[in-house]
Amino acid sequence: MAEEIKAGCARPTGGPVGEKIAEQKGKSPEPLIREVKTMVTVGKKAPDFTAPAYQKGKFISVKLSEYLGKWVVLCFYPGDFTFV
Amino acid sequence: MSVDSVFVHKMWNDHELSKMVKGGVPFPMLSDGGGKVGSVYGVYLEDAGVEARGRFLIDPDGIIQGFEVLTPPVGRNVNETIRQIQAFQYVRNSKGTEATPSGWRPGKPTLKPGPDLVGKVWEIWKTSMAGD
Repeated sequence: MAEEIKAGCARPTGGPVGEKIAEQKGKSPEPLIREVKTMVTVGKKAPDFTAPAYQKGKFISVKLSEYLGKWVVLCFYPGDFTFV
Repeated sequence: MSVDSVFVHKMWNDHELSKMVKGGVPFPMLSDGGGKVGSVYGVYLEDAGVEARGRFLIDPDGIIQGFEVLTPPVGRNVNETIRQIQAFQYVRNSKGTEATPSGWRPGKPTLKPGPDLVGKVWEIWKTSMAGD
């Protein structure tokens, strides 16, 4: 039966269950070299990006480097309609 | 910026945030499907598929001057963000000749680092000034 899930501040997610397909078929092993996770560093250049955005009734495309010359506050958050 | 689409951003702004902020959110609400930008900034939480509460201050030269990253259940303090921006702007205008001690706010004394200040900070700055 479907279980009711608690509404927390991160969006609930699911994922594949059971045996991994790769294991079943005996191919596509895990790559030996994994990408090293990094964090940006203070005093270093902010990585440039473009991103679609919604602003005051319009869908626009935003490029960080277009804001050179201004102070920028870039905020990430877990998701729309989360509570905090 | 979140992993939500711009369509969800529109719904959230138009139906909830515009009831908190008159006229709705004035700045762009960025969409980062797949967390590609968040991964580069180190805030994408792969297991949950969402981004942590990461806040980055980027100066006019595109340099990251500060950041704060929190897990989802605890919110940020906007006054502290504004205080940090004011402090970074002050230091930048002084061309690096002044520094702002802990708890600094506009109007409070700054420090002028140099040989004469070594061992003398206690004369200017008190621990009672560390907070508000």
